Amino acid sequence: MTIEPVIQIRGLINRFGRQVVHDGVDLDVMRGEVLALVGGSGTGKSVLMRTILGLNRPHAGTIELLGADVARMDANARAATQTRCGVLFQDGALFSSLSVTENVQAPMREHLRLNQGLMDELAALKISMVGLPPDAGPKRPGELSGGMRKRAGLARALALDPEIVFLDEPTAGLDPIGAAGFDSLIGDLQRSLGLTVVMVTHDLDSLIAICDRIAVLVDKKVRVGTMAEHMEDTHPWIREYFHGPRARAAFGAADRGKG
Amino acid sequence: MSDPGWIREAETGGRQVLSAGGDWTVTGAGALEAAVKSLKPKDEPDVALDLSDISALDTAGVWLLRQAARRYEEAGASVAWEGVAERFRPLFDLVAENEGHKPERPPHANALIAAIARLGKTTVEGWHEAVALTAFIGLATITGLRACLRPRRFRLVSLTNQIEQTGLNAMPIVGLMAFLIGIVLAYQGAIQLRKFGAEIYTIDMLAITIPREIGVLLTAIMVAGRSGSAFTAQIGTMKVNEEIAAMQALGLDPMEILVLPRVNALMIALPILTLFSIFIGMVGGAAMAIVSLDMAAVQFLNRLQEAMTIKHFMVGMVKAPVFAYLIAVVGCYQGLRVSGGAEGVGRLTTRAVVLSIFLVIVADAVFSIMFAAMDI
Repeated sequence: MTIEPVIQIRGLINRFGRQVVHDGVDLDVMRGEVLALVGGSGTGKSVLMRTILGLNRPHAGTIELLGADVARMDANARAATQTRCGVLFQDGALFSSLSVTENVQAPMREHLRLNQGLMDELAALKISMVGLPPDAGPKRPGELSGGMRKRAGLARALALDPEIVFLDEPTAGLDPIGAAGFDSLIGDLQRSLGLTVVMVTHDLDSLIAICDRIAVLVDKKVRVGTMAEHMEDTHPWIREYFHGPRARAAFGAADRGKG
Repeated sequence: MSDPGWIREAETGGRQVLSAGGDWTVTGAGALEAAVKSLKPKDEPDVALDLSDISALDTAGVWLLRQAARRYEEAGASVAWEGVAERFRPLFDLVAENEGHKPERPPHANALIAAIARLGKTTVEGWHEAVALTAFIGLATITGLRACLRPRRFRLVSLTNQIEQTGLNAMPIVGLMAFLIGIVLAYQGAIQLRKFGAEIYTIDMLAITIPREIGVLLTAIMVAGRSGSAFTAQIGTMKVNEEIAAMQALGLDPMEILVLPRVNALMIALPILTLFSIFIGMVGGAAMAIVSLDMAAVQFLNRLQEAMTIKHFMVGMVKAPVFAYLIAVVGCYQGLRVSGGAEGVGRLTTRAVVLSIFLVIVADAVFSIMFAAMDI
């Protein structure tokens, strides 16, 4: 796999009023990797994701997404880039007035000109890929459980076969079995589709199971490294995070799983 | 960078070779689907599908390639896949596993039967809603009576807050509306009455219609649109956020905390707004009469004193709390009925406004008949 950054962030500064959230964030996301964004509450994980997507205008700094500067993109370039990125918001953020199938077809309808028959087939394919039963297609988001809504949201994120998928807390609010299932689903899809995945997560099990590298947001900057590298870090928050009781439990479980 | 996908048939070495190349991705799926559909399988027993020229592939592309192969297989050929790059293998597996799970579209029912079914459904739903609304009114009444026993339960802070929102904050718009209606009535009345030389009776007409009907009715309609909808939207959003469930779980009664202050507040605010609207409406009528109908202010006031009686005023004011009760109860009831997210809030808010205005007008008609029977 070629080592080529698909997202390049340099000197990013974000502030809200007087509160500085990011102060000089540099981050490279390589093609085909699974990168996790972790950090305490209020450290701006979601803000960073929204900034990369162009939903939030940064105070300073540059972001290159798939080779284009997010801040300087015109409407056409933005639309073109958007078709190459998929996003799963925290609770799926499905359009409540549309069925699941129509939700999956929404980006196709907006960006492409396809026959209804082909869109139906592709939507059914995506719905099955994320592990939803076929009869979930005609249902409204309100009729689905939280885990199914997340799966449906993932199906919509994958509708246009994007190169990069952003996941905001994909396993939050799922039961352990559902969360583990979602982790392996993301891992499988990432390998099959050659996706680059950027996920905001707190789930140590997901970190261990599927993430290649971890970007930790501390002191308004990010520290990127593999799990092993972070284990050696001496920063108090990172030590606490990767050596705390929950981390030990997760590592223990992962080791038992292997052994 | 993009390289449009293509597929073509050729005969090499006595066998049919179907070769595909370029980008087989969802971006070009429309054109590729057309190309796949235009393939014409011949009576060949063996076909090779050569993918060695494909530069990019995604799930849509794989699905279309499999669709192409299926066309030949349906024509009786056996298809051999050739030149599938190793990196595309997982994609093929993924699509193969997940293909063919398309849900059956429900068959279209007969239009006539569907119309009858819809009529029946609407009727039954209307009946259920009437029953549920009656039950809700009963519940609200019981909660209100119980609160009378323990006045602390009236929640004064919430009540005053609601009076401010539904009453005080509505005054500018209600006043403006009443003023304009007063002008319109005075002007139209004067034009018609002038034909009989009875222009002076414009004042009588204003003195009867505005206090008795127009003032209270239009204010109630304005408040239904302004506050009734707000009740549904507020309570509905709380329902969607599970705040109502949280209240119940904490042993707090949503009827007492949300519904009662709103109903009471509106029953206080609407009569005050009505009084205000009657006054401003008369001012509007007077302004029109004085400015463009050449009446002296003294003349207007003299006539008004003769024409306006406490009876008409009381008839109007009596209706205000009843209308307020209907608007508030319908607004809160619809809010508590919300289910299924943002769309539900919007739908039931519309419903609340339509239903409360309808009930206000029905009640107004009932009052008219009652007062006529009582010779008031």
